[in-house]
Amino acid sequence: MNFLAGAFKPPCKISISLADGGARKKVPLKKENGQSVMVPLFHSQENIVGEVIIEPLYGKKVEHNGVKIELLGQIELYFDRGNFYDFTSLVRELDVPGDLYERKTYPFEFSTVEMPYESYNGVNIRLRYVLKVTISRNFVPNIVEYLDFVIIYSVVGVRNYSPPPAINNSIKMEVGIEDCLHIEFEYSKSKYHLKDVIIGKIYFLLVRIKIKNMELEIRRRESTGSGTNTYVETETLAKFELMDGAPVRGESIPIRLFLSPYELTPTYRNINNKFSVKYFLNLVLVDDEDRRYFKQQEFQLYRLLENP
Amino acid sequence: MIVDGIEDEEKWLAEGIAGIQQNAFYIHRALDANNLREALKFSAHMLSELRTSKLSPHKYYELYMRAFDELRRLEIFFKDESRHGVSVVDLYELVQHAGNILPRLYLLCTVGSVYIRSKDAPVREVLKDLVEMCLGVQHPIRGLFLRSYLSQVSRDKLPDIGSGDEGDADSVMDSVEFVLQNFTEMNKLWVRLQYQGPSQIREKREKERNELRDLVGKNLHVLSQIEGVDLDMYKDTVLPRVLEQVVNCKDELAQFYLMECIIQVFPDEYHLQTLETLLGACPQLQPTVDIKAILSQLMERLSNYAASSTDVLPEFLQVEAFAKLSGAIGRVIEAQADMPIVGAIALQVSLLTFTLYVHPDRLDYVDQVLGACVKKLSGMPKLDDNRATKQVVALLSAPLDKYNDIVTALTLSNYPRVMDHLDNETNKVMAMVIIQSIMKNNTCISTADKVEVLFELIKGLIKDLDGTALDEYDEEDFNEEQNSVARLIHMFHNDDPEEMVKIICTVKKHIMNGGPRRLPFTVPSLVFSALRLVRQLQGQDGDVVGEDIPTTPKKIFQLLNETIEALSSVPSPELALRLYLQCAEAANDCDLEPVAYEFFTQAFVLYEEEIADSKAQVTAIHLIIGMLQRMNVFGVENRDTLTHKATGYSAKLLKKPDQCRAVYACSHLFWVDDQDGLKDGERVLLCLKRALRIANAAQQMANVTRGSSGPVTLFVEILNKYLYYFEKENPQITSSAIQGLIELIATEIQNPASDVFFVSTLRYIQFQKQKGGLLAEKYDSIKIRFPFV
Repeated sequence: MNFLAGAFKPPCKISISLADGGARKKVPLKKENGQSVMVPLFHSQENIVGEVIIEPLYGKKVEHNGVKIELLGQIELYFDRGNFYDFTSLVRELDVPGDLYERKTYPFEFSTVEMPYESYNGVNIRLRYVLKVTISRNFVPNIVEYLDFVIIYSVVGVRNYSPPPAINNSIKMEVGIEDCLHIEFEYSKSKYHLKDVIIGKIYFLLVRIKIKNMELEIRRRESTGSGTNTYVETETLAKFELMDGAPVRGESIPIRLFLSPYELTPTYRNINNKFSVKYFLNLVLVDDEDRRYFKQQEFQLYRLLENP
Repeated sequence: MIVDGIEDEEKWLAEGIAGIQQNAFYIHRALDANNLREALKFSAHMLSELRTSKLSPHKYYELYMRAFDELRRLEIFFKDESRHGVSVVDLYELVQHAGNILPRLYLLCTVGSVYIRSKDAPVREVLKDLVEMCLGVQHPIRGLFLRSYLSQVSRDKLPDIGSGDEGDADSVMDSVEFVLQNFTEMNKLWVRLQYQGPSQIREKREKERNELRDLVGKNLHVLSQIEGVDLDMYKDTVLPRVLEQVVNCKDELAQFYLMECIIQVFPDEYHLQTLETLLGACPQLQPTVDIKAILSQLMERLSNYAASSTDVLPEFLQVEAFAKLSGAIGRVIEAQADMPIVGAIALQVSLLTFTLYVHPDRLDYVDQVLGACVKKLSGMPKLDDNRATKQVVALLSAPLDKYNDIVTALTLSNYPRVMDHLDNETNKVMAMVIIQSIMKNNTCISTADKVEVLFELIKGLIKDLDGTALDEYDEEDFNEEQNSVARLIHMFHNDDPEEMVKIICTVKKHIMNGGPRRLPFTVPSLVFSALRLVRQLQGQDGDVVGEDIPTTPKKIFQLLNETIEALSSVPSPELALRLYLQCAEAANDCDLEPVAYEFFTQAFVLYEEEIADSKAQVTAIHLIIGMLQRMNVFGVENRDTLTHKATGYSAKLLKKPDQCRAVYACSHLFWVDDQDGLKDGERVLLCLKRALRIANAAQQMANVTRGSSGPVTLFVEILNKYLYYFEKENPQITSSAIQGLIELIATEIQNPASDVFFVSTLRYIQFQKQKGGLLAEKYDSIKIRFPFV
């Protein structure tokens, strides 16, 4: 087996490094196996500069039909596994066909790349950016392994920042159950940045049920596909208890929810006609018999430029 | 069922404590490692134990205290930024990430308390934020404890004057605002506790709430401890806000407790200056609130304050404390129409006590209070409520105790009117109190008018009131009462005879209504009181000899005559007889022969007509004889008449020995041992001989009936009389007569030696013989043969 294993080992080592690798900010990214890795962070319109190093093993010769590096923006739908949509694809040829005998370094550069969407790791969908190096080799046609070992993915997270919205109204609403419960709630804004604080209050106009507690949930709704093939997945990202015990008429309960501890993304609308991600604030009242009364309100999240 | 409940509770408590201890262990470890994140995580876990709803307030408190101790450590850790490297501002945000509200808020309060103490913290904002965020806990018990925690951790850090902050006044205001708001919210939660759960366990709820009340009251205490709360701030902000909450919460328990709290925690001086506001709240309280207890406490405090120093009295006057209190009480009574009468009276008692302390010189205030009572009591039947009666007694006793002087009370026009509303029994008790007060203080009542008023007050003792059956009286009590009245009469005195006569007339007028049972007690006092006046007049006789002087002894004697007459018809003849004799003596001293004669006549009439009992007769006749003997005012004729009568009655006594003794006593009527007294030796001898005859007869009767002659005491007694007159130089009494008598006795006695009386009489004679001098010569002729011993 060792012998065989050795036979299928890639004959060379490929590594990609970015020019400002050490200084660049890194963010965690969850892989399919559930583990997080730290990956460099890029903004849209940035230059991606670096080099590819190919180092043949055992002093072997590597024959190839050319080396290229691609920058890909992909959307991957989990329910449709294996189906990638590349919305961005840029290629740089690094080498013409020939043989490699020793370690060789190829610099590359993608200038002011348009990366319109953010990387996103959802329940049913993943949007990612990768650099892909391919060493094309000529083999007997019935062998297709070249994809396996010649391609190395290096993931680059890209996030887009937006300025604060010009119009940002509060969310205010009166809801209730006839003759049982009337409340009025207010969230100070309808649009929040990711490190924002949701301030608000709940005013009890009428309370005839025995409330046990009240919480505010942040829910994320991810919808993919279109038409009959639409998949909608909702997750609760935060449960934040607002009130303990039963209030009486006239009480006003404050809301202050810091968003920073939660793993949130900006709101995405119809990304590449493939998917949307929306966020909701769900106000839940639980009564003595664990019945739940709730009201869900969409709110928008955006990423605020940290150092404008 | 209930037992199970308690056992379960113990179990839950134990579980909670275990949870806290376990997490506390991890907290300690995190703190030792200066690991903020872990410390926060386990603190949140630990505090989650406080989310339980299963414990009663008492048990919950136990759990809370354990968590509290741990939080103190955490606070110290938070304070030291070098240990965790997070600024307090960031920490303040960090703790708010906790998902559960209760742990989140406990941690927030903990960090908040560190925050407000740190320099350049926006104290006002933080305080406001803390107290508002706590709104999230609406569960009464958990909310109360959380806010109590907030109050506890912040109280020593609140900005105050002297805390070195800039803008002192503002920051004090911030503190006050903070505490007030926390107080308001706590009170709301506390009140709400009442309305939770099924109504069957209402009583249990009330008990539990009582256990929690100090958590609420603590806020008021904190307020009182803030030095920056000066009178103005108290008046303008603190008190109105607190009262607003108290009034608006509409909860009996809370209102009562909080009013008490206000009164107890804030200084007296503030109360005095804000009386109007404080009192204004009272009528707005729930009708079931025991306002009288509240007001009583207030007045008690103010009274003590007034008593503490005379310097503060002007303040009381300045703020018209009395008028305000009086007005407030009036309004409360009016507002709470169904307040039991006892409550209203108790309020007035408190007010009275207050007045007596603060304005001891303002009798009109006292009268005003009493007037208010009369108003309240009028239109009602006599009090039959025991407690109310007690209160009225307290009301009436208070001025007596204070002034130590009934005379002052007598000037209170409403005093008797209040007494009218008491039932007869209590009325008497009250009358006794009044009398005792007079006795204790030795107060002299010096005018007829006062006497009149006083008798009006104590009329319960003086006469039978309507509807009281005589047989209801307890004999002992009755005697006690009447003795007191008798003593009281002696306290009426005026040196001016004219006024004194008026007093006596007044007294007479009243006691004459007393009825047969009272007269024997009261008349002697009156008589002696009058006789004292007579003696006094007699002393000044020389000075005032005007014709038209209304107060002559004669007049008084007339009065006395009537008085005693009343007594004799009661009938209490023996007592009347004695009094007649007393009067006769006084008349004698005043040289008023006809008057004295009249009194004697009355005495004899009584003797004849009323005194039937033989023993009483004996006593009476001896009294008559004794008094008559001393009379020197009578002319021969009158005297003869009287002595004749006396002697006659003596001889007519029932028993021989009594006859004998009375007769030999009569002998003194003929021998007055004075300078120019009557000395009729012959009649003396006649009396003695008669006595001897009676004694002899008695001896024989004894022989007949019992077969033995009784003792010879009578003979020996007569022998002693002989000896007396012998020594007084009565020529009719000779030594031979004495000698004969001695012989007679010696033969009569079977064993003379055993008769001590006789032997000692003989020894006396012997002694006189040996003494020498004139008397010895006289005795010389008497031979004594001592009996064999």
